[in-house]
Amino acid sequence: MQSNNALLVSASPHIRDIESIPRIMWAVVLSLIPAGIAGVFTFGYYCLYIVFLSSITAVITEVFILLLRKQPIVSAAKDGSAVVTGILLAYTLPPSVPWYVPVVGSFFAIAIVKHTFGGLGNNIWNPALAARAFLQVAYPAVINSDWRVLTQHGMGKLVHNIAKVDAGGKLVDAVTRATPLAKEAGVETYHFSQLLIGNIPGCIGETSVIALLLGGAYLIYKRYINWYVPVYYIATVFIMVLILPPRIATPWANNPFYHIFAGGLFLGAFFMATDMVTTPLTKRGLVLFAVGTGVLTALIRFYSGYPEGVCYSILLMNTATPLIDRFTKPQLYGDRIKKV
Amino acid sequence: MIKEVAIIIVSMVFVNNFVLSKFLGLCPFLGVSQKTSSAIGMGVAVTFVMTLTSAITWIVYNFILLPGDANIIAKVFPSIRELGLIEVLKTISYILVIATLVQLVEMMLRKTVPTLYESLGIYLPLITTNCCVLGVALLNTTDSPKHLGFLQATIQGFGAGIGFTVAMLLMSGIRERLALVNIPQPLRGVPIAFICTGLMALAFFGFSGMVQ
Repeated sequence: MQSNNALLVSASPHIRDIESIPRIMWAVVLSLIPAGIAGVFTFGYYCLYIVFLSSITAVITEVFILLLRKQPIVSAAKDGSAVVTGILLAYTLPPSVPWYVPVVGSFFAIAIVKHTFGGLGNNIWNPALAARAFLQVAYPAVINSDWRVLTQHGMGKLVHNIAKVDAGGKLVDAVTRATPLAKEAGVETYHFSQLLIGNIPGCIGETSVIALLLGGAYLIYKRYINWYVPVYYIATVFIMVLILPPRIATPWANNPFYHIFAGGLFLGAFFMATDMVTTPLTKRGLVLFAVGTGVLTALIRFYSGYPEGVCYSILLMNTATPLIDRFTKPQLYGDRIKKV
Repeated sequence: MIKEVAIIIVSMVFVNNFVLSKFLGLCPFLGVSQKTSSAIGMGVAVTFVMTLTSAITWIVYNFILLPGDANIIAKVFPSIRELGLIEVLKTISYILVIATLVQLVEMMLRKTVPTLYESLGIYLPLITTNCCVLGVALLNTTDSPKHLGFLQATIQGFGAGIGFTVAMLLMSGIRERLALVNIPQPLRGVPIAFICTGLMALAFFGFSGMVQ
């Protein structure tokens, strides 16, 4: 948090590069656009409104908190990190949420999860995911059970007009806590082409695997994220789904392809588990983080009361990140291993 | 058998974590979690006390307090069954057991690991009044979901201690990192620790429902 000081002295090496926080953040925003377009195509214009509301609240909260903290507003508010948080939060919400849910969530993400720890770069948990978990506790009816199934998809079809459907007709995320997937007979199974394109029920930004891959590939190409975190994460879920004995009796219970394409795994793997702030620093630590997240995701999907485990698994590994950093600290050159 | 033990431990460590889902024992959790080394020491001490407490209080409850043939007091004072003093006597006798055990741990630590003894400071005798130790003893001996056997009760106490240690470890890692960041002035110290605890509890919600 250094001020704009003409006499600022910093440690060498002084390498000048055009990469900066705003550049990275706006690139992330850009990479999130395909998933948003897919969401709007699938669920209608109302999603756009949710995304907009969520991001604008995030930016306003950021400015407000910076004012309170008497810190430079313009540069910090323009760097796009608040917009990224807002968009990511909106992408994890069901498409039919009332307007106040993204507003409350964005405020929580920026004010509580990010700025109480000192703002950008200091937070322990991913703000968007922590806000998602908070909303799940605060508005369980909205997040868990008040889902609407899509009768048809197309532009301009407001989700509000679509009839509500009971727990039987929903996909992975769309099941209430009280009626876990296990007991549902005749849960609709979707074809893989549907899962890839994304015209299935789900959260706003998580349904289209292709759109998410497009954005993720762009970020990997720009080297803003590592390839190995998403790959290890998804591979771990794949393997765990194969070997774990499931407690759910659906036809796709042990189908690894179904598990990785359905739900929020790609959104989480490419855009949330790769967050620079809340993940370990070393490659060894990151691999550990990704594998741990994958194991937890599979465990939560199979055994816990929630149908989806991506959000909680990343939050749990965020919690363990300082410890992972501590135990994967690289050895200093010339430092000998102490013999016990 | 092994499966049952595993279920009890997983349940006590992750699903029903004493600190993060029952919010018991917050005093040492916030007091001794600034450094990982002392957090581990505290965790081990609490685990030790909890395991022994569970074992001894189970014996106290089943052979002295619980009305029935095994009740020793009732043989001497037959009227105690009618008075209904079990709940009162539970708390008093359990605290006595816990206090004795804590004294034992304190003596052991002072002789064997004096540095840890110093760094734990006031929080070591405070394990006596640590509500998670009393909590595990009371929860073990309420017969509400089902009556626990001796081994089950002891393992449950051990699992609760491990859960406490895990929470302490995670928290100490976070707080060591927080020591380096620019937290707003009014939130430094305990307030940010409480916010962290809340967010950790939020993350631990993911385990809910894993073990019935």
